[in-house]
Amino acid sequence: MLFKLIIRNAFRHKLRSLLTILGVAIAILAFGLLRTLVGLWYLGVEQSSATRLVTRNAISLVFPLPISYKDRIRQIEGVKLISYGNWFGGIYINEKNFFPNFAVEPQSYLELYPEFVLTPEQKNAFIHDQRGAVAGRKLAEKYGWKVGDTITLKGTIFPGQWTFVLRGIYRGAQKNTDETQFFFNWKYLNETMKRTVPRRADQAGFYMIGVQKPELAAQVAQAVDATFKNSLAETLTETERAFQLGFVSMTEAILIAIEIVSYVVIVIIMVVAANTMAMTARERIAEYATMKTLGFGARHIAGVIFGESVVIALIGGVIGIILTFPAAHGIQEQLSQFFPVFHVSSMTVYLDLAASLGVGITASIFPAWRGATIPIADGLRRIG
Amino acid sequence: MGIPYYYSFRNLWTRRLTTILTASGMALVVFVFAATLMLAEGLRRTLVETGSWDNVVVIRKSAVSEVQSGVERLQAAIVETQPEVAIGADGRPLLAKEMMVLINLPKRGSDKPANVIIRGIGPSSLALRPQVSLKEGRMPRSGSAEVIAGASIAKRFKGGGLGETLHFGMRNWTVVGVFDAGSTGFSSEIWGDADQLMQAFRRPVYSSVLFKLRDPGSFTVVKQRIESDPRLTLEAKRETRYYLDQSEAMAKFLSILGIALTVTFSLGAIIGAMITMYAAVANRIVEIGTLRALGFNKRSILGAFILESLFLGLLGGVIGLFLASFMQLITISTMNWQSFAELAFSFSMTFAIAWKSLVFSLVMGFVGGVLPAFRAARMNIVDALRSS
Amino acid sequence: MRSEAAEGRTVIVSIEGLSKSYRRGNQIIPVLQDVSFTIAEGEFLALMGPSGSGKSTLLNLIAGIDKVDTGSILVGGADITSLSEAELASWRAIHVGFIFQFYNLMPVLTAFENVELPLLLTGLGRKERREHVEMVLNVVGLADRMDHYPSQLSGGQQQRVAIARAIVTDPEILVADEPTGDLDRASAEDVLTLMDNLVHEFGKTIIMVTHDPRAAEKAHLIRHLEKGFLSQ
Repeated sequence: MLFKLIIRNAFRHKLRSLLTILGVAIAILAFGLLRTLVGLWYLGVEQSSATRLVTRNAISLVFPLPISYKDRIRQIEGVKLISYGNWFGGIYINEKNFFPNFAVEPQSYLELYPEFVLTPEQKNAFIHDQRGAVAGRKLAEKYGWKVGDTITLKGTIFPGQWTFVLRGIYRGAQKNTDETQFFFNWKYLNETMKRTVPRRADQAGFYMIGVQKPELAAQVAQAVDATFKNSLAETLTETERAFQLGFVSMTEAILIAIEIVSYVVIVIIMVVAANTMAMTARERIAEYATMKTLGFGARHIAGVIFGESVVIALIGGVIGIILTFPAAHGIQEQLSQFFPVFHVSSMTVYLDLAASLGVGITASIFPAWRGATIPIADGLRRIG
Repeated sequence: MGIPYYYSFRNLWTRRLTTILTASGMALVVFVFAATLMLAEGLRRTLVETGSWDNVVVIRKSAVSEVQSGVERLQAAIVETQPEVAIGADGRPLLAKEMMVLINLPKRGSDKPANVIIRGIGPSSLALRPQVSLKEGRMPRSGSAEVIAGASIAKRFKGGGLGETLHFGMRNWTVVGVFDAGSTGFSSEIWGDADQLMQAFRRPVYSSVLFKLRDPGSFTVVKQRIESDPRLTLEAKRETRYYLDQSEAMAKFLSILGIALTVTFSLGAIIGAMITMYAAVANRIVEIGTLRALGFNKRSILGAFILESLFLGLLGGVIGLFLASFMQLITISTMNWQSFAELAFSFSMTFAIAWKSLVFSLVMGFVGGVLPAFRAARMNIVDALRSS
Repeated sequence: MRSEAAEGRTVIVSIEGLSKSYRRGNQIIPVLQDVSFTIAEGEFLALMGPSGSGKSTLLNLIAGIDKVDTGSILVGGADITSLSEAELASWRAIHVGFIFQFYNLMPVLTAFENVELPLLLTGLGRKERREHVEMVLNVVGLADRMDHYPSQLSGGQQQRVAIARAIVTDPEILVADEPTGDLDRASAEDVLTLMDNLVHEFGKTIIMVTHDPRAAEKAHLIRHLEKGFLSQ
């Protein structure tokens, strides 16, 4: 019976309830999108494996390491696999089409990254073509690339026009695997450098190391750095996760700002909903007093007010969540320059639900308390 | 004359709780609106002040920033001979061949590493940048392992203060001076002798050549000559343009984020205002009927309720703006995605931003109030009087 | 029963063949049917009748806040049924004063400001408005309460402020809908005496709807409405 009353009350002021639901929906939509944006920052971290290490020049990322380090690292105990590459930073047609692109040693790189799935034929073709390149499924879809196409990138770090032949399109083994990367054969880069700028040849921007067991990671990292201590190019080795986190922390200020803002939007809608509930409860004080004369207790009154608020907030929340998906899709289409992937995680959906429930409860605390504690005579006097 | 303004105003005052709640919702939105504008303005100011209009930066073609760029010694010498290069008081060209690298330095306190720009400078570098001045200590002697640090570096990075030592490029470098570069990007740089730094980092090439134009109008001529010279694979940009280009992605990201946030947030606040104003109308039906019976026409009623809503918006606007003005105390430092270097900028409030924020709050108030006001104005007098 | 209207006095309200009905859902409910009568200047008329007899509707029509279906209402020689809504609003501001059962004062305005409200529709300056307001507040005996808000006044005092508001623009006609309906006996007596004074000393015409026999007693003339027909 009380449940029926809650539902009927929730829709007594149709316009007001509708507006509140709309407000909550917009807030939850904004919250969900902002949380997704924050999640993107950590995408690289999430995908990183505990058995992979990254070795780079200790000065900073822009300084390379000699290719001769490869064999010395391989001899270190605990190292199972080693691959290497360079951040290429090439531009496809113009700056708007941003996607990560690297030069890598094909065979070992694919071995180290089993989450990039290629068919055996494509894998073989990539490894054996010096001009070969591989693109992620989403990236290929976006630009309509097919295996066999030629793709030209303009180099920013390595000058010139670079033409590749797409030998494969990889799929991600997991749902959150980044399918927007582009990598090509390191030999092509190195041979070209040998001809044009010899001093930049035979250098790797980074080494990727696969260790035998995760427990060995710290030990191997220390051993690598010790090997090259006091040499011309000292190294800094860390787990892939720490490496990615380093990137995150450099843009931490923006990340924090977005996180704060995502909570501010919830606070705003909480204020709006609290206002609505306060108004509604004030108008119904006489009804609540009447219910009390009929023998309902303070708990019932509070329950009715809570219930109404939560029903409205949850309806708004669910609508907001439903809207998040097409909105995320739209963002991915329109702003692919910044966000190659814009995937709404189930964690975000749970957070959305929790937030809307929180809005419903918080908004009704004060009105519920007022409704529950008002003396009957006072409440009735307000009739008229 | 219509219904007096104090009628609208006092009605807001009478239902203080609701007014405060609605206005604070709007205040938060105006706060976000103003803060994003201030952030964009701060970024723009930093970038624009960093460059000078009559300076030209020459970097390798299609290298977006100095970090990616490389200019051979021979190429730099060719640029030096361009007739458009201004000559300084000492008879030497106002031109600096500079080298730039990024290094990781740990921050004070947190020990977290961040990318810092090391700039190898020439004798004219300081003269080319009037916005930079030595604040403490002295300039580094050429041929020595001495550096000067920007004020922001000195404050935030370990070993960056005057008299302290930094370790990079397998050498120790003494900080012999701290320079002040205002809000420009140079505040986050470390400067030392170009030749010393090139040795230390084993880099045989410069990163960029910077020179002042003898005549600011001759830019197109010199740009064309440099870019069409087959010996040079370089491009020339005005220094102001160069810094704007460098942070284009950051600026665009901030503005898209700002617009998206403002739009969604203001929808929420407008809905809040609408709910409040609809309730205000519903609670005062008899009053509206009475006013109409007394002879006030529909337009007066409409005006009174819109005025009430505008007051509400203005109140939110003033509170939001007040809160936002405190953001000027905050400096954001983050990595610029395009140059990978640390970029620090502050929120900066301008008259235009204050003005825009207030107009924005009034617009929110108006949009939120207009439908309820119409409902109030259209009410039938007899029904309204009877509804008590 | 006192004299029929109009003898030797000017007719101020003249109603001819007035009909009005309301729709409730699909039903059409006749409220007034072919009502004709006149009201003389300086009359204090009480309209009586059971609920639903149409007396309030008749009052609203005379005051120009409701529209007739058929018939005409001439007030001071002008046919108000032909006026547009905006014209009616300005007409009311000049010619009619309202007194309501629940006073209908603006709770956020002081007594002074409530009374001043209708003057804002005239072209009077601030100083003249003040003089007018003070004068009528003196007439109703509340000059010392002008800065009080309605919530700080008793029911009788509030009704007297409402009467001051009704007469401040010096209209010819005052319409009162159950003016004593919400008042205790003593306050009701005060209010009725005040209204009687307005008729005698200031020459106002008052049309009052009431249930209260004591209120009707004060009136010069009583008309009864029964199911939409004027019965006397």
